[in-house]
Amino acid sequence: MSIVIENLCKKFGATPVLQNFSWTVDRPMVLMGRSGCGKTTLLRILLGLETADSGTVTGVKTPAAVFQEDRLCPQLTATVNLTLTGHGLTPQEAERELRGLGFTDAELALPTARLSGGQKRRAALLRALLCKDAATLLLDEPFTGMDAELVADAVAATKRLAGARPTILVTHDRTAADLLGWPVKEV
Amino acid sequence: MQAKSDLPPSCRGGCEHRPLQTPLWQKAAAILVWILIWQFAAMGLGHGGLFLATPLQTLGALAQLAPTAAFWQRIVFSALRIVAGFLLAAAGGLLLGAVGARWHWVRVFIDPAMQLIRAMPVASFVILALLWVRSANLSVIVSFTHVLPVVYAGVLGGIADTDPKLLEMAKVYRLPLSARLRYIWLPGVFPSFCESCIAAMGMCWKSGVSAEVIGLPDHSVGDALYRAKITLSTPDVFAWTLVIVLLSAVLSAVAAWSLRTVKARLCGEVRT
Repeated sequence: MSIVIENLCKKFGATPVLQNFSWTVDRPMVLMGRSGCGKTTLLRILLGLETADSGTVTGVKTPAAVFQEDRLCPQLTATVNLTLTGHGLTPQEAERELRGLGFTDAELALPTARLSGGQKRRAALLRALLCKDAATLLLDEPFTGMDAELVADAVAATKRLAGARPTILVTHDRTAADLLGWPVKEV
Repeated sequence: MQAKSDLPPSCRGGCEHRPLQTPLWQKAAAILVWILIWQFAAMGLGHGGLFLATPLQTLGALAQLAPTAAFWQRIVFSALRIVAGFLLAAAGGLLLGAVGARWHWVRVFIDPAMQLIRAMPVASFVILALLWVRSANLSVIVSFTHVLPVVYAGVLGGIADTDPKLLEMAKVYRLPLSARLRYIWLPGVFPSFCESCIAAMGMCWKSGVSAEVIGLPDHSVGDALYRAKITLSTPDVFAWTLVIVLLSAVLSAVAAWSLRTVKARLCGEVRT
């Protein structure tokens, strides 16, 4: 199954954000571009959170997403946040992957409201990657707030867990894009 | 990695009042000063406490009332009815608030009734209610109607405060309704719901006992207050007033504790 985007147009007021944007995503791919060029708007349209002015989108089935913000339930631990949206993900699997991205026992016991920005970002990334029924992954700047070493670990986890699923990863971090080694579309 | 403490409003919770911490001795000293002012004012007015009973006269009256069965019977009678009215109103406010937030036309329909109830004096309402119900059940109706608009407004406010970004996340991840309610809606609504319930608990005692003073149901606190007034037994009036204030404070504390516990359990809150 591929994500097929054809002639997508979107304006906010008089400002055009997407103009006749077409793209076919049949495997994990990277979308790069300057700020304000409509990358996040495109992901929101694919997620059904915005309506396009014209054009068509097909092939987005049961998506999982990393949003611009972390959007974790603040009163729950990272593990519970992951299992909540995991559609069959076990706490053991969630904890194993969280530990793999540097979570300690103490951090696993904290509500996410008390985690640092980088920890929340890693939890948000794993939430999308570990969602068991997700056929499409839409990841908006998933490595924000991570230092170079953590980005390398997060990139490795992303490559391993995304598999061959149609994935759009939005980033403006050239190093992360290079580490991923996925085809890059510039807008 | 450093752990930050940036709990959002929904996590801090409205039932967890953490204002500026005043040392206990300062609170005790303030109360003591007010008791002294009360004592001097009563001594100044004279007439053996007819116009203003002294603190000692009040405590003496309370000491005489407390061992009697009638005293406790009146407290149970009034407390059961006022708390019943409160619980019904809390449930009704929760339901109407949720329905009003979901369907705008329901809110448009309900709002004038709520505004009318808020603006209506207790006395007018009691006189009307006496035409419809027995005086024994008056305090249920009056406390219900005075609490309902407060809780309704609190629930509407809480629903408006619920994080729309988390709701989007829930939609994208196809969370079932039960999980959305438990982990997103309830933590969003609870702070405002708690605050309104705690404020309403004080209000329902005031309105409930006022209703009893007008309706005079037998074996009620309001009836005792009225009898003390017509017999010019000012220390008894003060003693019963003190009892009402204490009951209101205790039940507000119980309500706050219960709501906090329910919130922690229902919303899966992690305590650290």
